[in-house]
Formats: sequence, C-alpha cells, structure tokens
Amino acid sequence: MATRAQSAEVPATTDSGGSTGEEGVRRRDFLNVAAVSFAGVGGVVALAPLFVQMAPSADVLALATTEVDISKIQPGQGIKAVWRKQPVFIRNLTPKEIAEANAVAMSDLRDPESLAQRTKPGKMNWLITLGVCTHLGCVPLGIGEGENKGPYGGYFCPCHGSAYDTAARIRTGPAPTNLVVPDYEFTSDTTVKIG
Amino acid sequence: MSFSWAKPYEPKHPLMRWIDERLPLPRVVYGAIGGGYPVPRNLNYWWNFGVLAGIFLTIQIVTGIVLAMHYTASVDGAFNSVEHIMRDVNAGWLIRYAHMNGASFFFIVVYLHIFRSLYYGSYKAPRELVWMLGLVIYLLMMATAFMGYVLPWGQMSYWGAQVITGFFSAFPLVGEPLRVWLLGGYAPDQAALTRFFSLHYLLPFIIAAVVILHIWALHIPGSGNPTGVDVKEERDTLPFHPFYTAKDGWFAGAFLLLYAIVTYFAPNYLGHPDNYIPADPLATPAHIVPEWYFWPFYAILRAFTVDFILPAKLWGVLAMFLSILLLFFLPWLDKSPVRSGSYRPLFKRFFWLLVADVVILGWAGGSHATPFWIAVSQIASAYYFLHFLVILPLVSRFETPLPLPSSISESVLHGEEAEAAPVGSKKKRGGSVATAAAE
Repeated sequence: MATRAQSAEVPATTDSGGSTGEEGVRRRDFLNVAAVSFAGVGGVVALAPLFVQMAPSADVLALATTEVDISKIQPGQGIKAVWRKQPVFIRNLTPKEIAEANAVAMSDLRDPESLAQRTKPGKMNWLITLGVCTHLGCVPLGIGEGENKGPYGGYFCPCHGSAYDTAARIRTGPAPTNLVVPDYEFTSDTTVKIG
Repeated sequence: MSFSWAKPYEPKHPLMRWIDERLPLPRVVYGAIGGGYPVPRNLNYWWNFGVLAGIFLTIQIVTGIVLAMHYTASVDGAFNSVEHIMRDVNAGWLIRYAHMNGASFFFIVVYLHIFRSLYYGSYKAPRELVWMLGLVIYLLMMATAFMGYVLPWGQMSYWGAQVITGFFSAFPLVGEPLRVWLLGGYAPDQAALTRFFSLHYLLPFIIAAVVILHIWALHIPGSGNPTGVDVKEERDTLPFHPFYTAKDGWFAGAFLLLYAIVTYFAPNYLGHPDNYIPADPLATPAHIVPEWYFWPFYAILRAFTVDFILPAKLWGVLAMFLSILLLFFLPWLDKSPVRSGSYRPLFKRFFWLLVADVVILGWAGGSHATPFWIAVSQIASAYYFLHFLVILPLVSRFETPLPLPSSISESVLHGEEAEAAPVGSKKKRGGSVATAAAE
C-alpha cells in the first residue's frame, strides 16, 4: 500500500489504505494483469501438444503414396488398391464405357466434370478414383466382378443408394459430388503412383 | 465452512445465482478454494505442496489419457507402441517425457507434503482422518506408479512386475496361488499386462476421489499452520482467494519450471536405460532396482537376509508393508499435545534424524546389494522402526516443549507492523512489539 501512495499523485497521507475511488491504472492492476496473462499464455502453449498429438502421426503420413501395378487389368476390369488406408478404384474402361461417359451432357450432371478432366491425357481408359462414397463414406459396389454397377453402369453405393456413372460421376442419390480423383501419376505404362 | 466468519457465497452474476439455486456447486467451490475458506495467515512455503500434488495428479491424468490414445497393451506391441509415441506421434516425445517425469515429480511433491505433516504434527487431532486418507492416496499412488512402469514392457518393466508380484509369494500357503492369480499366469505375460493397463487407467480416478475426501476432511477443522496453534479469531486467517491462490499460483509456476527443466533437458535422468531394451523373460538385467521413489522400501525389503522363526523373504515383505502401515497409527504413537516441531526441541532433532535415515535407506535401496549396503539397510531399517515405535512415544512423554504463542496473530506480528507501515509515517523500523490493539 505504501507504493501505491507514492505512485499516485497524492501526498502520502493516512489515506493510503484500500479505498476504491482510484482513477487510472494502479501499479497492482498492471502486475495482476501481467502475471495472469503470462500464466494464461503459458497454459495455452502447454495445451498445444495435447491437440497436435491427435493429428496424423509420422508413420501414418509415411503411407501417403502407394505404387500399384496395373499391367494385369484387362479392359472392363478393375481393382481395389489401398492408399492411406482407403480403397482406391482403378478401372480399365472399355471403349463402350468411355463413349457412354462422353455422351452425357454437362447440364445433366450434379457435379459437372468430363471424363477427360477426370483422367490423364492419352490414358482416358484409366479411371482412378477413391472408393469412398462422397455421401457418408461407404465403399460403393461395381469394381468387383459381378457386383451391382447401378443404373448408370459405374458404381452403386448400397448404403444410401447413390449411383455413379462410368466416369464415377454422381447421377442419382444423396451423394453431393463425384467420386474423388486422387493425385496420381503414371511412373511407367504399367505402374501408377497414387498420392 | 469451518469458521463463523467464513464469507458465505454471494453470486455476482445472475447466471451464477440461477445455477447456485439449482445446483450449489459454485457455493461449494467458493467455500473450498475461494474467498469462503479462511486459512491461517502464517502458512509458510511447506504448505504449497498440497496444491502442487493436485496439479501433478492433473498433469498425470491428462498426459496419461493422451498416451492411452497411442499405446497398445499387447506383449508384442507395447514396447513398439511406446517407441511409436516417441518417434511418430506429434509431440509424443514431450507428452511421454512429461508423464514419466510427472510421476517422479508427483512423488517429490508428495514426499515433501508428508514430511511437512510429520514435522508440523499435521496428523494430530483433529486431523487424523486427513492424515490417514493421505496415506491411502500414497498407497494408491504407489500401486499406480508400479503398474504404469510395467506398461512400456521393457526389461525393467518386466522384471519389476516379476519381483513386485513376487512379494505376495512370500506369504505361507496362499502366497504362490495369490501371485499366480495376480499375474493370471506363472510369469508376467499378456494377461498381466492387460490388467495392469486397465488398473493403471482406473486408479488415478480413485485417487482423485480420495483427494476430494482428503480435502473435505481437512476443511472441517481448517488448515493447520506452522505454529500448530489453533485459529482463534478472524484476524488469524486470510481468505484462500486471493491470498493463497496467488501464493500457490506463483509457487506452482516456480516449481513447474523445475519440472520443465528436467523434462526438457534431462528426461531420462530419473529412469533406467535398461527399460529401453524390450522385455526378455529369459534374462534378468544385472542390476535391477525400482524407480527412485520406492528405494527406501526396497532397502527395507532387502535388509532381511537370515531366517528367524519366519523365512527371511517373509520378514522382508512384512517389514516393507508394515513400514507404511504403521504410519496409520502415528496419531496415537505421538501423544504430545504440541503439534508443531518448532516448539519441540527434542522431537525436532529426531525428526531430522528420521529424514536422514530415510535418505540413507533410499541410497541403500538404489545401490547394488553388496554386503556393505545390506548392512547399511539393516541399520537404517532398524532405526526407522525404532523411531516410530520407541523414540516418538518416549519423546512425546518426556519432552518439555517451548512456550507456544497465544495466537497466530501474535506469532506473526512481532515488529513487522512498523515495517509494513507506509514510508514516512511516524513509526520507526524495529518498533515495539505489536499488540492486538495496534491492528
């Protein structure tokens, strides 16, 4: 209290006690705010590791690319590969399926994209998409031999009935967008690196 | 709560009033750690360790929950999952080191808290149950720490589990079946690891519950103080908030700095390198010791080397358990009506001898089992029991204590009133002894 009487521009009288009618910032207010802020910032920084620990760990991130051999896939066939623990559909489209996909008017599509935009130049028969329905994440049918390809000849999600066409574009059902095309490149004529 | 002048809770915000009328939780908090809990005004820094123990329990629970998100309790996967935490998980190294060293610091804090109680007679009436609940917390902590140490499934983990569950095999007849039952097998294996993980996750919450009982029991008579003199009137106390929240806050900051230094710069100083070798059920490490906080008890265990009526193995285990169990009877072993060691000249000397004895026990327990250290363990163990079972009852009977201050305020205000007066006021430094009227 003695310091307060000195710092305020009042004579050091007996009125240096805890009266509340003080204008301006007291030294003690500053100390209080500084100390609590310091501890508060420190506390928040200390909490940061508790949040970042839930993000994908280094071993998960290390799985971010997958190489797939596609030499055995005949036209009309497809395989499921695994990338980041998710299924990837790699499909070798037949000329008929390519023609079907190209025949669709953009205006008929919920998420307009051409087959050319969804494949690599000169490799329009290789349709590579995530096998994850964009509705709520089920694996659609249609990649395996004899599976239900749905009314548009592409994929059909049995969970909630989304139907995809031969370019894996959404046509009917609740899914909002086309099956996602991941980043990938052809490292040779028979190998694809996904991711 | 405890004193008539304790301020009742008055909600400042309508929302708090609304809650308080329906669920008086704000009232309970205010009365427990707010302005409604009057605390003796003369507490020294030894009274900071209770709050710190609570902070470390929180740190252990929080970091432990996080570690359990990444840990795998399987014999094949446990060691690798810990390495996964150290190398792959974001900030995993920090969280694991914080948990590892948090355990050690939890024990440091609790040992200081216990010795504070021993010196200032905090176990005496009317706080016997506070003391006994504290011992229950301590026992639970030891069980939790032991099981946690097993989880990484390194060499020390494995052989620690083997040795500690081996304690139970010392008991006649039921011993070996009991050990096999505890482990769920003939040696530590998947069954033991899984149950240890389950219990290691459970026990901290039991500890938290007993902590609430501990604080509840404490707040009936209120906190003790360095004079041991009862609180008599309002000016003997200060409200917990803001006075002791501020002091505890500053001290916690200082102590956590020490914890951070060890965690960041010497994270393995208190551990054993052998625990970075995966468990091998076919080879025991050359020198196995428990974590440092068990060393005094480990020395007592090893002090018995000769069969005497009972097998030496059983004596060691019994003595080790009794060394803690006898503390439950401390309020009745020390019958002196004077609480604080500061006013007990003879007791004070023996207190420091006990501290030295426990340190020596710890040293012996952490050393190789050579004939020299076994002999030291034997002498120090004998003195440990002598202190509690013979010296303490005799001292409390024959000692003449120093005169006690008539009140807390009197003990605090001996000249400081003049020092505390505003600069330039008429009172001079080193003025006369303050009287009650001067306040």
